[in-house]
Amino acid sequence: MLLEQIINGVTQGGIYALIALGFTIIFGTLRLVTFAHGEVFMAGAFVGYTVMKYLQSPLWMAILAAILCSGLFGILIERVGFHFLRRAPHQSSLLITIGFSIVLINLAQFIWGPETQSISSLKYGDFQVLGIYISYTQVIVLAVTFLLLALIRVLIYKTKMGRTIRATAQDFEAAYAMGVNIDVVFMLTFALGSLLGGIAGMLVGFYYNAFYPTMGTLPGLKAFSACILGGLTSLGGAVLAGFILGIVENLSVAYISSSYRDVFSFGILILVLILRPKGLFGREI
Amino acid sequence: MLKKVVGYLMTHSIYLLIFGFFALFPLFVKDAYYLRILIFIGIYIILALSLNLINGYTGLFSIGHAAFYGIGAYSSALLTLRLGTPFILALPLSGMIAAFFGYLIGKPTLRLSGIFLTLATLGFNIIFVLLMINLDGLTRGPLGIAGIPTPKILSYSFSRQVDYYYLVFFLVLFTLGSIYRIIHSRFGRALLSIREEETASEAAGVDTVHYKIAIFTLSTFFAGIAGSFFAHYLRFIAPDSFTFWESFTLLAMLALGGQGNLVGPVVGASLLIAVPELFRFLTDYRMILYGLILIVMMLFRREGLFRKRTYALRVTPPWERKGTGPVYATGDKFLKNLPLKDSADGTPKD
Repeated sequence: MLLEQIINGVTQGGIYALIALGFTIIFGTLRLVTFAHGEVFMAGAFVGYTVMKYLQSPLWMAILAAILCSGLFGILIERVGFHFLRRAPHQSSLLITIGFSIVLINLAQFIWGPETQSISSLKYGDFQVLGIYISYTQVIVLAVTFLLLALIRVLIYKTKMGRTIRATAQDFEAAYAMGVNIDVVFMLTFALGSLLGGIAGMLVGFYYNAFYPTMGTLPGLKAFSACILGGLTSLGGAVLAGFILGIVENLSVAYISSSYRDVFSFGILILVLILRPKGLFGREI
Repeated sequence: MLKKVVGYLMTHSIYLLIFGFFALFPLFVKDAYYLRILIFIGIYIILALSLNLINGYTGLFSIGHAAFYGIGAYSSALLTLRLGTPFILALPLSGMIAAFFGYLIGKPTLRLSGIFLTLATLGFNIIFVLLMINLDGLTRGPLGIAGIPTPKILSYSFSRQVDYYYLVFFLVLFTLGSIYRIIHSRFGRALLSIREEETASEAAGVDTVHYKIAIFTLSTFFAGIAGSFFAHYLRFIAPDSFTFWESFTLLAMLALGGQGNLVGPVVGASLLIAVPELFRFLTDYRMILYGLILIVMMLFRREGLFRKRTYALRVTPPWERKGTGPVYATGDKFLKNLPLKDSADGTPKD
């Protein structure tokens, strides 16, 4: 039982890691918190759901659709929310992402209705490995998650684009002075972070076979929690924190109480803020 | 002497008119529907003003204010229901309990940079709602607390809308007066200096952390009072009323009306309560309306409708209006159009 719970935790944690990674990419480069992250998560999930259910497409096509949609939303939010408000105090951008969050949720409620949707054709079984039960969906989610994490790592640390993003994250004025087109970098970074959120959304919807308009709110907020735990600007920290969050949540649900599930996640947030605001790997306070 | 009194009345005539209008309103409009709207506007005015203390006057960004509203409501409900505390004690006590939790949240986070307070208040709001839902031994969980007793002040038991109207009217005046006195004092100037340029303020000797914690505690006190009134007015409270969506509603009120002065939050709260009532067909669209307002205001007028530092709605009586200044300053026709601001004894200042 314990090993199964740990596998559950790693699966959930992988998804949290993806969301937190997306959020940290955005925050690390633009230094701005986006409250709409949960909603691009939800938008990606719903677009993937629509593609999968009404166009009878396989999972990979749904994920591509989610990438497209959430990437576009990311660019939209960046253009309207951050680019336009570059000179304004930070609170204006925060407030505008809150506004976007509210609008997106209500839009989803109008388009798809407030009830939980599901894809009836999804029926996977599970199998046993060394006496532990693993479901096929878990394998798929884990595979996609780790593949993505590896891809992002290669992108950020081994390519020129990644170097540009890291340079802009360190000091955007110096990067600008070095000839980096920071407008494009900001836009691409936001798109990258958002599409990670969108993929995570599609994976969650697929894993639990449940799509509802408010599905993104809580994961979006847990992304903050994981981000702070990992250290606000550390990518590796965000991923590790996502996994920790998933495992702790699942173990506490299994062994302590399921109704306090979210209390643990946000309790971690408050504890980290009080005891060690730098987080695990962060550099600034 | 009489001239002084008349002059004073004239200067503050706008305030007296507004006060008189709302004080005498229930004598002319007896319809409970309109009184109810005004009572809700009153509650949200207190909440918006208290959030304005943190966000508008001190430059912080707190997004979990509904938690303290809820702490005030639950404390008052539990104090009166379980412990039999009289309302007149429960009201300030629940304010103090909310302030205590404000202190608990503020003390560790306000010494860090602003984003940490923001996330901590949001996290606290979420945890508060979750705890209220799960601790059903104490709070009856998602069922909420019903049958909260009506206020009973000095053996007068509240029964009609009018009673609640005058109570909330008094609380609004109390809040407005307190905030006015806070802002126009040394304490208030310290807050403004923190908002304007925190590093310079700290360098000038202002203990920024101390003032931030103090104003956060004070502001949550007012939120708690609003919560207490809310609990005894509706006589039923549930965790759903105090989620972070409610906090975002308060943020929308400040974004719309403006913050950093006493008029903005009042107007923002009034508009965002009255307009959905006037356009009843919009109830389904209420939240999306708040979201759109946030987006539109941030794009086109991010300080809000009322963005000046102060709106002293004063009318100077004709005998106090200074004419042109002394001859030696205005005799020259080239100097005639200079804006002359006089100090109290008539010497022109530049």
